[in-house]
Amino acid sequence: MAAHLSYGKVNLNILREAARKELREFLDKCAGSKAIVWDEYLTGPFGLIAQYSLLKEHEVEKMFTLKSGKLPSADVKNIIFFVRPRLELMDIIAENVFSEDKMHSSRDFHILFVPRRSMLCEQRLKEQGVLGSFINIDEYILDLIPYDGDLLSMEYESAFRECYLENDQTSLYHTAKGLMTLQALYGTIPQIYGKGDCARHVANMMLRMKREFAGTQNQILPVFDTLLLLDRNVDLLTPLATQLTYEGLIDEIYGIQNGYVKLPPEKFAQKKQGEASRDLPTEPKKLPLNSAEELYAEIRDKNFNAVGTALSKKAKIISAAFEERHNAKTVGEIKQFVSQLPHMQAARSSLANHTSVAELIKDITTSEAFFDNLTVEQEFMTGVDTDKVNTYIEDCIALKDPLIKILRLVCMQSVCNNGLKQKVLDYYKREILQTYGFEHILTLNNLEKVGLLKPQTSSRNNYPTIRKTLKLWMEDANEQNPNDISYVYSGYAPLSIRLTQVLARPGWRSIEEVLKMLPGPHFEERQQLPPGLHKKRQQGENRTTLVFFLGGVTYAEIAALRFLSQMEDSGMEYIIATTKLVNGTTWIKSLMDRPESQTP
Amino acid sequence: MAFITANWNPLGETFYRKTELYDMTWNVRDGLRESLVAAAPYGGPIALLREPHRRSPSSRPQLEIYSASGTAIASFPWKSGPVIHLGWTVCDELLCIQEDGTVLVYDLFGSFKRHFSMGQEVVQSQVLEAKVFHSPYGTGVAIVTGSSRFTLATNIDDLKLRRLPEVPGLQGKPSCWVILTQDRQTKVLLSTGPELYILDNTSCTAVCPPGLSPQTCSIVHMCVSFSYRYLALFTDTGHLWTGFSNLQEKLSEVDTKKTTAPKHMLWCRRPQSQQPSVVLMWDRLLMVVGQCHDTVQFPVEDPCVLVGEMDGVRIISSASQEMLQEVPLVCQDIFKIASMAPGALLLEAHREYEKSSQKADEYLREIKEQSMLREAVRQCVEAAGHEYDPKTQKSLLRAASFGKCFLTDFSPDSFVQTCRELRVLNAVRESSVGLPLTHVQFKQMTLQVLIDRLVYRRFYPLAIEICHYLKIPDYQGVSRVLKHWASCKVQQKDLSDEAIARAVCVKVADSPGVSYSDIAAKAYECGRTELAIKLLDFEPRSGEQVPLLLKMKRSQLALSKAVESGDTDLVYTVVSYLKNEMNRGDFFMTLRNQPVALSLYRQFCKLQEQDTLRDLYNQDDDHQELANYYVSASYREKRLDARLSVLQSAVDEYNKSKNEFAAKATEDEMRLLRFQRKLDDEKGAGLLGLSLQATMEALLALGLYKQAEQLYRDFRVPDKRYWWLKLKSLAEKEEWDELEKFSKSKKSPIGYLAFVEVCMKYNNKYEAKKYVLKVTPEQKVKAHLAISDLEGAADAAIERRNDAEIGAVLAKCPTSDQLLMEKLNRARAAITKK
Repeated sequence: MAAHLSYGKVNLNILREAARKELREFLDKCAGSKAIVWDEYLTGPFGLIAQYSLLKEHEVEKMFTLKSGKLPSADVKNIIFFVRPRLELMDIIAENVFSEDKMHSSRDFHILFVPRRSMLCEQRLKEQGVLGSFINIDEYILDLIPYDGDLLSMEYESAFRECYLENDQTSLYHTAKGLMTLQALYGTIPQIYGKGDCARHVANMMLRMKREFAGTQNQILPVFDTLLLLDRNVDLLTPLATQLTYEGLIDEIYGIQNGYVKLPPEKFAQKKQGEASRDLPTEPKKLPLNSAEELYAEIRDKNFNAVGTALSKKAKIISAAFEERHNAKTVGEIKQFVSQLPHMQAARSSLANHTSVAELIKDITTSEAFFDNLTVEQEFMTGVDTDKVNTYIEDCIALKDPLIKILRLVCMQSVCNNGLKQKVLDYYKREILQTYGFEHILTLNNLEKVGLLKPQTSSRNNYPTIRKTLKLWMEDANEQNPNDISYVYSGYAPLSIRLTQVLARPGWRSIEEVLKMLPGPHFEERQQLPPGLHKKRQQGENRTTLVFFLGGVTYAEIAALRFLSQMEDSGMEYIIATTKLVNGTTWIKSLMDRPESQTP
Repeated sequence: MAFITANWNPLGETFYRKTELYDMTWNVRDGLRESLVAAAPYGGPIALLREPHRRSPSSRPQLEIYSASGTAIASFPWKSGPVIHLGWTVCDELLCIQEDGTVLVYDLFGSFKRHFSMGQEVVQSQVLEAKVFHSPYGTGVAIVTGSSRFTLATNIDDLKLRRLPEVPGLQGKPSCWVILTQDRQTKVLLSTGPELYILDNTSCTAVCPPGLSPQTCSIVHMCVSFSYRYLALFTDTGHLWTGFSNLQEKLSEVDTKKTTAPKHMLWCRRPQSQQPSVVLMWDRLLMVVGQCHDTVQFPVEDPCVLVGEMDGVRIISSASQEMLQEVPLVCQDIFKIASMAPGALLLEAHREYEKSSQKADEYLREIKEQSMLREAVRQCVEAAGHEYDPKTQKSLLRAASFGKCFLTDFSPDSFVQTCRELRVLNAVRESSVGLPLTHVQFKQMTLQVLIDRLVYRRFYPLAIEICHYLKIPDYQGVSRVLKHWASCKVQQKDLSDEAIARAVCVKVADSPGVSYSDIAAKAYECGRTELAIKLLDFEPRSGEQVPLLLKMKRSQLALSKAVESGDTDLVYTVVSYLKNEMNRGDFFMTLRNQPVALSLYRQFCKLQEQDTLRDLYNQDDDHQELANYYVSASYREKRLDARLSVLQSAVDEYNKSKNEFAAKATEDEMRLLRFQRKLDDEKGAGLLGLSLQATMEALLALGLYKQAEQLYRDFRVPDKRYWWLKLKSLAEKEEWDELEKFSKSKKSPIGYLAFVEVCMKYNNKYEAKKYVLKVTPEQKVKAHLAISDLEGAADAAIERRNDAEIGAVLAKCPTSDQLLMEKLNRARAAITKK
């Protein structure tokens, strides 16, 4: 079911199994039939750990969504609330419990806090007078969720906002805890590098937590050689740019949620030929996207311009394979052919699906609007006219394009220019307020706070220096057969990944100057390994680095890291972890504030 | 060696032996006769209250506590009320049950820990008798009062008193009673003389033991086995009835030929007992009665106390202490005279081997021929565990080790483990330590508990030695010892805070699992707050420090520790605690020094207490945030004037924070709102709350061009945006004349291609054409293409000699139009040539 998690260099299925075991143990604690009341936000992440079948095996008979009022009736012995520790949810639970007591009294209540118990919440339940109604109050420590064979995500959407806007470091605490869990399963990570304030904070907490558990030395041979912690605000530019890998574009256009994407159904309708009824499905088509699907694993990280060729090549191989049947003469040959049939059919349907997806995307990428937008982005990234009002942005505002698109572009210009001239900045801001409404003054203020928008203070724009030193722009990016990570943005090499790349070779010392220009400290820490656990490295054996993006990572960045892992001479395998998978749109959205208006 | 069987007494098919454990080091002389005595099982401590009934205040009775070997641990005069009963808890705490129902709890060293009462009504009726009993739930207390009522507490650490129902016809105390635990219930079995009752929570049931001889009139003594499974009843006719405690089955009935009730009566069993027995003691006689009707009788010279163990009975007298038990089967096999058991042969073989006699080989061969060597080794190892005398242990283990040499695949685990455990047991049996544990008891009690017991007795070095020797993970072993040591250390009143803190720190250092906060909590309990704070400093887990710091009212410190831990929930907890504890001003000041806490609290307020949020910003003079607060607050106002006044506050704050842009923007918004209200009132336009752009759009849609124009000018809307707006609006309404007029009003800031495209969007090619003429040369091709005028596009492209544009036109060319394609291709060729 989750076999693809164990394909990678590091078997992430261990983590998933550990999480499943804990879940089972909790469920068994509540003997008898049960109904789960879900904090809706959690259903997605949980889906990555356990399907309904697992819950069912442990006598979960009903599932509800947490909402205020009365609980739906269900003939079960236990009602279990799966919730994040949030006060507003506690109030709803209290309401549920209150309205319950009057009718039934035989149902037992339990709470499972994900990812951590909270005294504050328990206090709230106590104030509401329902704390005593719960038989079990437990926590389900779900920090890092295995997302794919080389990818872990905390699915913590508001992490960036909390850290950089609200100075709330809850997510960092969970990160540190998650890394401790990871180390308990995969061994102590001997080297820690980091860049950024949050990275420093997480590393500090990790080192302190290690001291706290000083006695329980874990005797596992370390799987990871290095941990690299990167603040998202070290590289604000990358998520703003439109991702141009296949997976990145799916995310940009349709949004990937917890490993699934919902697509307009039309393209997938007439798959079965000869069927009489032609009712167009109205439900969006839901596709799982992970490396379990062979074809997808192959094309997900390609530049979209190379996907077409890959698909047609694949199509030829598959149809050739089907043609084989004509050559099958002997019974043995036929038998062999038949045995391969399920695999081939799966490959064919996978091909059909992705051809449809690629067509959908192509309609968009070939549009003039997409092209114009990309041109402007690339102008900014190469430093063309970043210091004056851009006419394309102006036109987009005049045509009332989606606000997030505007914000992405303006922020990008600001980042690439190390801040905008006050006049330019004010002009944009005024345009936005006049066009999209005054309430966005709060959002603009947020963007300024996190540094995405800022007035130019020093006269010196150091972005060009950074760009040149780190080779962020590669003129001749090869999209078909890439030789550099810049292919993921057709020219732009993500800064975050360049930092990772340089760290592996030749080391950060070579870029001290640039590191100083980027926000936050950079550091290196070593964790003592117990004697006897030092790895004896085979000649040519790759080192493994866990790269943790605090505040989110994009699919294109992941693609770039995978590309580096696959490069023959890199000598490095990367496992990626993050608070949340983001793209420019979801990221900016998380920073927006919308006061709810009382006036109609 | 030959004497091993010397103290064996046959009882039925098996043997009973009395092993001397200690020469008691105490000096109690006749003390045992007139004292209340309590001795705990598992080689536990002995408490002695001399002359408990002496009540004159001038000479108080003395309470003494001894180890099992008689070493004095504590002694103090009893100053409280008359004591009815003494008993020990499973944690080596002494329970003193007073006449008035108060139970006082002391530790091993005689320091008072706490007290509880067995119920208010007891103060009046008084306790007549009491018993302390152990069950899986812990240590319990049962009393019977002057009003002949029983009260039970099954676990004194989780005190729940249960008053049992009345017993019919009972006056005063019953003639005898015991506690039973059955089916997870605690019951009382009592005899009122003629009747036998079972008393549980809800009822009192008369019962009759099966097969009790008819001539019995009453039951005068009873006892229940260590496991609560077996029951023994002693009748007034001198018969001893034994059976199961559920009173379903009788085991036997023996006539002791004694008519007086015994002073003590106890079961003497062991796991896998061959011949369980009951031990009865009268003033001068100790009788072991087996189920086989056989008895063993020992004379008794001194007054004795019997202590029931899981595998025997300890007999404590003023001079010595002995263990009476059935000889384990394996020991019988080995040591029985003329035994041919493999173990016995192996022992003999080894003995001959030591003598360098060839007989060793003969014995060994004999065992081997029967393929019993493995069994022989096992027997020797097991028997060694049962022997108390180290010399016997050694000879058995040596024999086992010898036999082991002739086995190829024998796992040494059991041998090694037994050696280790015996070494530990021998160490704790030392008279100076005084824990006479048998191997069976040790296994039952577990090493963890043994270490706890050593720690209760403050044998810290020995405990640590044992932990090291048995290689227990520090976490469960050494650390726990150190923890206890430290908690004890902090209570030493004669040492300074500084000295204690240093001593603790040096010894405990960073032993895993020792929580400095626990130690500190102990120090705080003893009233040493300063010491507690010093100790807390050593605690690496900031989170652990917080609750105690709060308890000690060091809230500032608690807050900074919580922040340090990174656990935001903890920070919230402290903050909400502070909020309730402090007045608002102090609270805010405290937060101000902790930015992390402050921002968390702000988040909390944002969701829960908007007004507090404003106060916070106010206090910090954070005008920017205050202004933002007003902005979002303005959206919560229903009425326009209220909204405007809140916005005005925002303007003021923006000004204070020198954010001119925002102040201006807010003023603009206010102006817009007023304008919208005015128009809504006049024309019912429904504008309020729209953005400026949307307002102009709506105005244009309504045909209110003048007003739209006014906004455009008043708010200095860039021409481009306004032109786009008006263009789209007019086209949408298909006001083509108006559009044309507008296009001519001045030179279009957005060019004319936009006009072409918008017209085409509304399918008006005729109008679109008008504007094609006006577009700039660069956009000519595009414009022609937009209205699908290929010829025009081609001409324009060729004229501009632009390769890309020619290409664009070509791409749109239908293949049927050969002529045009040729023309374009030719032009292209011409350009490239140059």
